[in-house]
Amino acid sequence: MADLSTQFQELIRDAVDTDSRINFIGGGSKAFYGREPQGESIDVAANSGIIDYLPTELVITVRGGTQISEIQTVLDEHNQMLGFEPPCLNEQSTIAGVIAVGLSGSRRPFSGAVRDYILGCKIINGYAEILSFGGTTMKNVAGYDLSRLMAGSMGTLGLMLEMSLKVIPRPEQEATWFIEVATDQVIATMADLLAKSIPFSGMFYDGRRLFYRLSGADDAINQIAESIGGEQLVDHELFWEGVNHHTHDYFQDETPLWRISVPPATQPVSLAGQFAYDWGGALRWLKSEEVDSQVFQVIGDIGGHATLFRHGQHRDAVFQPLPEHLMQIQRRLKHAFDPKGLFNPGRLYPEF
Amino acid sequence: MTYRLHESERKSHAVNRSEFIRHLAQVLPAESIISQQEALKPYECDGLSAYQQVPWLVVLPDSIEQIQSIMELCYANNIPVVARGAGTGLSGGALPLENGVLLSLARLNRILEIDAVNRTACVQPGVRNASISQQSSRYGLFYAPDPSSQIACTIGGNVAENSGGVHCLKYGLTVHNVLKLKIVTMQGQLVIIGGNALDSAGFDLLAVMTGSEGMLGIVVEVTVKLTPKPDSVCLIQAAFDSIQQASEAVAAIMASGVTPAGLEMMDNASIRAAEQFVHAGYPVDAEAILLCELDGHSSAVVEETGRIQSILKQFKASQVVKADDSEQQQKIWSGRKAAFPAIGQISPDYYCMDGTIPRHQLSTVLEQIQQLSEHYGLAVANVFHAGDGNLHPLILYDANQSGELERAEQLGSDILMCCIESGGTITGEHGVGVEKINAMCAQFSDSEIQQFHRVKSAFDPDGLLNPGKAIPTLNRCAEFGAMHSHQARTHTELERF
Ligand SMILES: Cc1cc2nc3c(=O)[nH]c(=O)nc-3n(C[C@H](O)[C@H](O)[C@H](O)COP(=O)(O)OP(=O)(O)OC[C@H]3O[C@@H](n4cnc5c(N)ncnc54)[C@H](O)[C@@H]3O)c2cc1C
Repeated sequence: MADLSTQFQELIRDAVDTDSRINFIGGGSKAFYGREPQGESIDVAANSGIIDYLPTELVITVRGGTQISEIQTVLDEHNQMLGFEPPCLNEQSTIAGVIAVGLSGSRRPFSGAVRDYILGCKIINGYAEILSFGGTTMKNVAGYDLSRLMAGSMGTLGLMLEMSLKVIPRPEQEATWFIEVATDQVIATMADLLAKSIPFSGMFYDGRRLFYRLSGADDAINQIAESIGGEQLVDHELFWEGVNHHTHDYFQDETPLWRISVPPATQPVSLAGQFAYDWGGALRWLKSEEVDSQVFQVIGDIGGHATLFRHGQHRDAVFQPLPEHLMQIQRRLKHAFDPKGLFNPGRLYPEF
Repeated sequence: MTYRLHESERKSHAVNRSEFIRHLAQVLPAESIISQQEALKPYECDGLSAYQQVPWLVVLPDSIEQIQSIMELCYANNIPVVARGAGTGLSGGALPLENGVLLSLARLNRILEIDAVNRTACVQPGVRNASISQQSSRYGLFYAPDPSSQIACTIGGNVAENSGGVHCLKYGLTVHNVLKLKIVTMQGQLVIIGGNALDSAGFDLLAVMTGSEGMLGIVVEVTVKLTPKPDSVCLIQAAFDSIQQASEAVAAIMASGVTPAGLEMMDNASIRAAEQFVHAGYPVDAEAILLCELDGHSSAVVEETGRIQSILKQFKASQVVKADDSEQQQKIWSGRKAAFPAIGQISPDYYCMDGTIPRHQLSTVLEQIQQLSEHYGLAVANVFHAGDGNLHPLILYDANQSGELERAEQLGSDILMCCIESGGTITGEHGVGVEKINAMCAQFSDSEIQQFHRVKSAFDPDGLLNPGKAIPTLNRCAEFGAMHSHQARTHTELERF
């Protein structure tokens, strides 16, 4: 629990002066994710603590190194939560780490992604300047939205010192039901359900059973589930934890695991391996030995993108390759924050 | 009045206009190039009509290829470009340049595809906001962000301003509802940002583009997310004896676990003006009214309505009216939706502000606004998107009275400073444009502003897109800082009178 911003600023100033490359480490829970880390490791987890939390404002301001579990405990006391259901692959996951990887859990299609909850942030850029963008209000269009840009940037744009996040009240009640659906039927079934105004908060398919979670008042969700059908799942919280934190059986495997993001009603993709669908079909996990170029090609052609999430043979090509003009803008954007290319070099793309 | 660019923001070029028209004529049909004085005049301002500037030239392309050619030509000749949608912007973002091309997207007005199973629509930038919902209605879908200007404003303008609307409390702002953009850069390159999936690879450029006020690229195609239409809607109107009580009720509703589709507040001045204008049935002696809309699956709506009603009673609402049928709902909404024109009926001119504050600061900031209103001798009516703390103080003035516009602007600028001091921001949804460009110097440090300029350079290295908007130069800030402290001194003198 300390504000280490001035120490980190010194440290980054030294790195800039000596052209030293830095690998930021938060909880270390996603060290396996992305391209191979390079540079001198700096532990940023100690810059932690909750700075401000006003439950009626639905906003929490925290330091980057604050553990997700700590944030959740505090929110719990006020019956609130992080709306994007952050995937935490271990107890040490920090909020800055979660934002840097930009991954969101099963609620994503229904209540938004991690980037949607970022209201403001304070960073140190590659000029060793401390900068604040955004703020604590729900709406803010003063200046470019550089706080949301941090989501998914893999720490390549700056060190995230603090962030203000929108939080949401816990739904009064949540429950999950499942129905048996054949693989060739499931896309249509999900599309039908999602076309209606129903308070879904999760939709996952394990290859045999379609699980759907509803949020709201007890009576209301029971009534809705009755009209959809299916059997209620006991221990449903554990189930969604398994899906989000990868303790579910599907993820217990050493086969290369792909995270594939596609339009939700995309017909089953012709790649060999075992699929599981989250996000009502918009997020597809694939355990497969297919070569990376093949996966990128097939998924790129259908307007989606693929990420070699873990257990890859190598970590050269992890993220979907970008077309030339887009890559040029991304490279220049990196340069705009970190002209010497010192922060997490190569972690996202070899070009920067 | 004619708007004057700050010297440090001017992009000069020595290109001869007639010669440039000849170049343009090789890539555009003659009728797509406007150069006659009287034909240029309608483009001299956007929704912030206090500032005007007749453009050098206007072009009306109707294809992406034409836009690319125009941009290539302008880039090669160092000619600045300003994009324009419907020109409803309220911050002067589409204000033209006396030596620049105004690029109107009005002719790119086709809905290209509605993908009902994936719940997306792919549209050209000049498509009007409301027509997306109209066209997707037959699939049981709608486009959620609904600015009050939705029958006129374009989706390209919405992306450029990150526009919001009454229903954004539940369904999100433009930034939450855009999946993919095609943009043409200043150099004429076509770049695809985002994708048809819920996220995309690399940096989140969609976030940077949304709300970038036409400073980074021309939006030439937009794919938006569509939402299933709710099968049930209920609207509650509650009256309060004080703004304080109404604000507390708002906080309690927001923390209750129910997310209203919309939660709007009006103060007494707005209630009276609206009631006189459209007879919505508002209680004219109330200090504040709240309009709270709930929507979704019918069984959920019934339950949530009950909860909201009991919260309103607990926070001492003096009157609670529930409207279930759409006719009744439309009548109640008509007063809120007509709030701006209603004020226009009681005052020759009004100036609409857009500050956003943490909700718990609401009554403090309103009190400060009241004091400022008395100080400047100009009335202020307030309408807000209460659920998200976005205020729209409407300053009443008469431009024909000498000095009133200047006083209104000064009052507006003081209100923005109150918003910053309360921990809020100078603009929630209308953008900075030219209107709030000086206030940016107060909200951001020099190094933050410099970082914004570096980000712009990543897209537009020569700074030819919409110069003089959204992000101030440090020169401007240096001058504004000097002027501002001088004015602060003048105020104290005034207060002694
Ligand atoms: C009566 C009234 C009510 C309003 N209510 C609301 C409201 O409820 N919520 C809200 O958020 N706003 C509101 N507005 C403001 C305005 O309607 C919005 O900002 C709208 O998004 C502007 O769209 P436009 O097509 O008119 O854009 P314009 O005014 O033409 O342009 C706005 C900005 O976008 C840029 N731009 C336009 N098109 C493109 C493009 N294709 N590519 C790149 N840049 C582009 C322009 O350069 C300019 O900077 C209201 C305005 C009025 C007059």
